[in-house]
Amino acid sequence: MWEYTEKVKDFFLKPKNVGEVENPDATGEVGSILCGDALKLTLKVDKESGKITDAKFQTFGCASAIASSSVLTELIKGKTLEEASSITNQEVADFLGGLPKEKMHCSVMAREALEAAVADYKGQKKEPEKKEKVICQCFEVSEDKIRKVAIENRLTTAEEITNYTKAGGGCGACIPAIEAILKDIWSIKPPPEVPLAAGKKMTNLKRIVLIQDVIENEVRPKLQADGGDLDLVDIEGPRVTIALRAMCTDCPMGSVTIEGIQQRLRDVVDKDILVVAQ
Amino acid sequence: MKTIYLDNNATTAIAPEVLAAMQPYLGEFYGNPSSMHTFGGQLHRKVEEAREKVAALIGAEPSEIIFTSCGTESDNTAIMSALESFPQKRHVITTRVEHPAILNFCRYLQRKGYRVTSVPVDKVGNLDTAALYKSIDDDTAIVSVMYANNETGVIFPVEEIADFVKKRGALFHTDAVQVIGKLPVNMKELQADMLSLSGHKLHAPKGIGVLYVRKGTRFCPYLIGGHQEHGRRAGTENLASIIGLGKAAELASSNIDEEKAYLSRLRDRLEKGLQQSCPDTRINGNPDRRLPNTTNISFEWIEGEAILLRLNEYGVCASSGSACSSGSLEPSHVLRAMGVPFTAIHGSIRFSLSRYNTDEEIDRVLEIMPGVVQELRRISPFRRESICEVLPHAEST
Repeated sequence: MWEYTEKVKDFFLKPKNVGEVENPDATGEVGSILCGDALKLTLKVDKESGKITDAKFQTFGCASAIASSSVLTELIKGKTLEEASSITNQEVADFLGGLPKEKMHCSVMAREALEAAVADYKGQKKEPEKKEKVICQCFEVSEDKIRKVAIENRLTTAEEITNYTKAGGGCGACIPAIEAILKDIWSIKPPPEVPLAAGKKMTNLKRIVLIQDVIENEVRPKLQADGGDLDLVDIEGPRVTIALRAMCTDCPMGSVTIEGIQQRLRDVVDKDILVVAQ
Repeated sequence: MKTIYLDNNATTAIAPEVLAAMQPYLGEFYGNPSSMHTFGGQLHRKVEEAREKVAALIGAEPSEIIFTSCGTESDNTAIMSALESFPQKRHVITTRVEHPAILNFCRYLQRKGYRVTSVPVDKVGNLDTAALYKSIDDDTAIVSVMYANNETGVIFPVEEIADFVKKRGALFHTDAVQVIGKLPVNMKELQADMLSLSGHKLHAPKGIGVLYVRKGTRFCPYLIGGHQEHGRRAGTENLASIIGLGKAAELASSNIDEEKAYLSRLRDRLEKGLQQSCPDTRINGNPDRRLPNTTNISFEWIEGEAILLRLNEYGVCASSGSACSSGSLEPSHVLRAMGVPFTAIHGSIRFSLSRYNTDEEIDRVLEIMPGVVQELRRISPFRRESICEVLPHAEST
């Protein structure tokens, strides 16, 4: 059972401002039915004062998604677009007396819908296929969004990122990438690399042992946790051949998995490593 | 507000007869059945009586019944026992739609280096038995297939699977937690080596389970300690609950056919009524091979947790396969394995009935549900005009 405040329950059971405003001056749509929540925000804006005179929402999602959307409309009505834009997802959550931590992404969704609507009003149509680097394939979360939400909410762990953006909450393959982003944001200087005694070349044997160690103790347990698996087939020079097994065999995310493994091996063993699937 | 409890695959009410049978053993008779003195030792007889009743319910010998603490313990024990008994075999076969008690235990085994095959299901939740048969090899220690699925109620052909697996020389276990008490089961016909059942799914209390182990099956205990259960499961007997389970088994045995007919009538009425009054619904799971008490319905364009919490306002209890209600971001692994579209998984609701549900309760749910669905669809951006046109009409029926 989720622990919701009375305020969340109120806004869920009797949401305010449901629907679409007629002839909206701005529309913001975020999320999708596939991801489990989606929000369409429509605004009426007074051209002279720039004030939001009416705001309505339609939400597909759980109780806290509906409540967050409704609260957003209440918070922005009567404000200028500029004033409204300064509202943070934390303010939405605070207004509701707090949200369960796993549900913070609902408040983020509300804020994003507002941003989308403001951009729409200003005519800055967000290109649908803008070359944003998508980190979480399951929920289509971009690196930009992760960075933004992490900084605004001072998030330091991958679990918090999942709670706020859903990224990493699906197959989990992107968790190392999220951790890398967090490290990048919060560390002043990059963490020390595994010291490879400068100038000294690693022996072939040590190299193989190290690769095996990463595959066996880091990669496989993570894949197995999701019903997948892989075998290390061969190592020839920089080329590491693997074979995807179990649920990984026909996983559409196979190439992402391989890229992740390659990156990790490059970090730990040798920057020239090339991982190929059999 | 009166609670309308339609979540009996999650847990059931303790039958009043069961509670009454247990009460003396939570009070006056608190002895330890293993004691030498009469005060405790006499209770040993009570444990054996309960064992006989449970055995009778499933057509087993009393000596084949081991009391455990829950279904999960029974499931874990069954698989671990097979692996310990045949240490040279390193392969386990199960299905993609098992309860977490099997699913996560198998993932744990994978991390320990065992090979695990998870057999898929088709669109209506039927098991791909051909794939299962093909995956058995000489390395297979145990095949574990649930008798019926907890989310959809779909029943697997475990009798046929058991026969095949045994011929191939592997052990066969079935998690029958959702079946025992709902359908007649006879271990003389079902050639499973092991079977798990759980008390609280058949109107006994929580905290009591059974692992059936066929006579002659190699067995290694999971809990090591005292000599209880003939050394097969250590730990002082949960006396009152064992007696309660015995009583629950007796009640189930005496009414099983009537109850089955009663439940499927109520379930069908609920299901048909909802399909008629709410457009854009779909039934998840093979309607011709289901538990009599279970229906899993998807209400498209709206989200399950929201439906549950709105129903909660009316005292109606059900459950959902949506991501938000699973406590994680991932929706039901069962519906995903069946290839149910995400749009429908998010709005899936499971109603599971028991002997204590009434026609009046079903009427009440049929009255409430269309309004809940209509209101949430009004809030949803995915509503379609047609839905709004149809619904006011449907509501008046």
